[in-house]
Amino acid sequence: MPDTRVNPTFSKSTGLPRKRFYRARAHSNPLSDSHFPVPLTPAHVDYSLHYPQFFPSSDQVDRSKKIKFADIGCGFGGLLISLSTLFPDTLMIGMELRDKVSEYVKERILSLRVANPGQYQNISVVRTNSMKYIPNHFDKAQLSKMFFLFPDPHFKEKNHRRRVISPFLLDEYAYVLEVGGIIYTITDVEELGEWMKSCLENHPLFEPLTEKELEADPAVKLLSSATEEGQKVARNDGQTFQAIFRRIARPDQIS
Amino acid sequence: MDEEVAAETRKDTEVAPALIAVHPDRHSAAVAVGPELRVFNLLGNCAVSLVDDSVTGEQPFHKDNIRAIRFGAKGKLFVSAGDDKTLKIWSTQSWHCVSTVSSEKRVTAVAISNEGLHVCFADKFGLVWVVDLNQTSQYKKLTPTPLLSHYCSIITSLEFSPDNRFIISADRDFKIRVTNFPKNLLNGAHEIQSFCLGHTEFVSCLAFVPAQESPHSLLLSGSGDSTVRLWDISSGALLDTCEVAIKAGLLESDGNAEEHDHAVTDLCTTLDGLLVAVAIQSLRGIVLLSCNVSAQTLSFAKVVSIAGETFIPTCLANSSPTKELWMVTGISSLPGYDYPSLARVLVISGIDVEQEPVVLEDDKIPGGEKLLETLQGTTSVDDNAFLAAAEAVKAAMCNLLIKKHYPFENREYRKKTRNDKKLKE
Ligand SMILES: C[S@@+](CC[C@H](N)C(=O)[O-])C[C@H]1O[C@@H](n2cnc3c(N)ncnc32)[C@H](O)[C@@H]1O
Repeated sequence: MPDTRVNPTFSKSTGLPRKRFYRARAHSNPLSDSHFPVPLTPAHVDYSLHYPQFFPSSDQVDRSKKIKFADIGCGFGGLLISLSTLFPDTLMIGMELRDKVSEYVKERILSLRVANPGQYQNISVVRTNSMKYIPNHFDKAQLSKMFFLFPDPHFKEKNHRRRVISPFLLDEYAYVLEVGGIIYTITDVEELGEWMKSCLENHPLFEPLTEKELEADPAVKLLSSATEEGQKVARNDGQTFQAIFRRIARPDQIS
Repeated sequence: MDEEVAAETRKDTEVAPALIAVHPDRHSAAVAVGPELRVFNLLGNCAVSLVDDSVTGEQPFHKDNIRAIRFGAKGKLFVSAGDDKTLKIWSTQSWHCVSTVSSEKRVTAVAISNEGLHVCFADKFGLVWVVDLNQTSQYKKLTPTPLLSHYCSIITSLEFSPDNRFIISADRDFKIRVTNFPKNLLNGAHEIQSFCLGHTEFVSCLAFVPAQESPHSLLLSGSGDSTVRLWDISSGALLDTCEVAIKAGLLESDGNAEEHDHAVTDLCTTLDGLLVAVAIQSLRGIVLLSCNVSAQTLSFAKVVSIAGETFIPTCLANSSPTKELWMVTGISSLPGYDYPSLARVLVISGIDVEQEPVVLEDDKIPGGEKLLETLQGTTSVDDNAFLAAAEAVKAAMCNLLIKKHYPFENREYRKKTRNDKKLKE
């Protein structure tokens, strides 16, 4: 645990890391090969590093308790922090490609744990390219929720394949989501909103939630308010576009 | 300076290893080297002249290096594909090209379903496409449909499971993906059955152990990490690992610095999977492993060395009915030598649990000198050229499949000196 009092990258008043020391390039290219460790298999994810209070030692990890929520492209981590207290017994992880941003989230969580003993023990972050390494982090049907909040739009047609929601990537998300698991997407870019919705509508393993279900889901309320990007859009009175779908069994598997 | 390096890399990856395939009933044998496809008819003991109406005059059938060839399980079809972005489907009865399928990108791997109704191929962008041979009774105009994708990776091998339920794809990012092969091809293949994870380098080759008794077929994979692994495809579970380079005495069990030198380049099952032949980038010969299907284990059996010449196989093919292993080594082109391309074919007979394998002398090879002349293009080649070819093939494979890990300072330097548009923003 870093000593927050003498570290200039932490604010003296709040003890939280200062964002300006973690500024990074706005967009990164998910296609370029980066250099970060990737777990060989989901069994190689060290839960004791991510959630030390839940898993005090790395040799006695109870493999029955697994990460259930993933925030893909978590940015500065606002959603994880809101979800943490809403679902205190659920393990969740943010995946972020930008090194400095993921470091910021890591420090932010550690500070929150210090300031609020016993809390924020169920959230963590990993630096990775979610478009390539989802199967290295999660087993089949492991997750119950996946979040994609304000993903990079990649406007140009030839860059559509860099989009984090695409027909082919949905196959991998369907693989790691349990039947009944939910995928949440939101954007302030109308064209991207349409794209994400149509990808999900056209995928045989997803169906939309009903209005009633959306109203009853506490996570839905956080989509536009909990993250840094969401707050920015709200400040500017921007419109948002959501697509929230459920993972279903293959039609011929329903008995 | 950076540009020079890039140009160098491009040249290296453009050399292609020689490939070999043998008809399931050993009616014929085929070798691909560079853009050239050579077929020998073992029943009639003569060279085959292939006929492709879509190609005029003296043009080669493929306009660039061939990267994949294979016979269908029933032996009626043969496919060839590669860097010229075309896939050709041949009838093995007439050796006419029955269809030429265009791909948007270079083709890296092909597979034919076991009933011979579908052909899948992978392109340089990690996409797998399928062509449905039912589409029309006349194959002429087949259009491929996209099936699945390995995001931004290179697919190195494709295989149908023996029951045709799954299509298996392996990539350079250490992954093997098992996908349910869909009934309706037009909608794509969305249901992933499993990922077989555990290799620590690129996966180079796949082969099934056809298991009659057990409900699930076992999958074998070879990799740049110098191992062969055995998998349960329904769960993705790793059943066994054989460190072939160590077992063959090529590598110390604690040394991993030169791992890439001993990449597994091909593997091939014989005798219904009881024996597995393995080619390693640094081995003049092959390694034989025995596979115990009921115990689900893989164990080292022996090394079959090739004496008297430099022969590091680039591709293996089996002929089960005759218990032979066919091998080729060679390269599409060899800078600095007089040969336009190089290929050398050898056959090992007696691939059997009870027999001693024997590397056949040239005059004992089925088809004899005539076959060698057809498949090799010549009967004798300078041994030094094969040594150089083995090095060139290795360099090309590493360049293509191993991610470049620049040391940190080097990376910063590259970033600073890069003069593409992105940094001007
Ligand atoms: C516009 S931000 C939104 C961040 C956050 N979800 C929010 O709402 O504030 C998109 C984030 O996704 C990250 N990202 C983009 N591609 C990614 C990838 N392939 N894997 C992981 N993160 C990625 C970017 O680095 C960036 O932080």
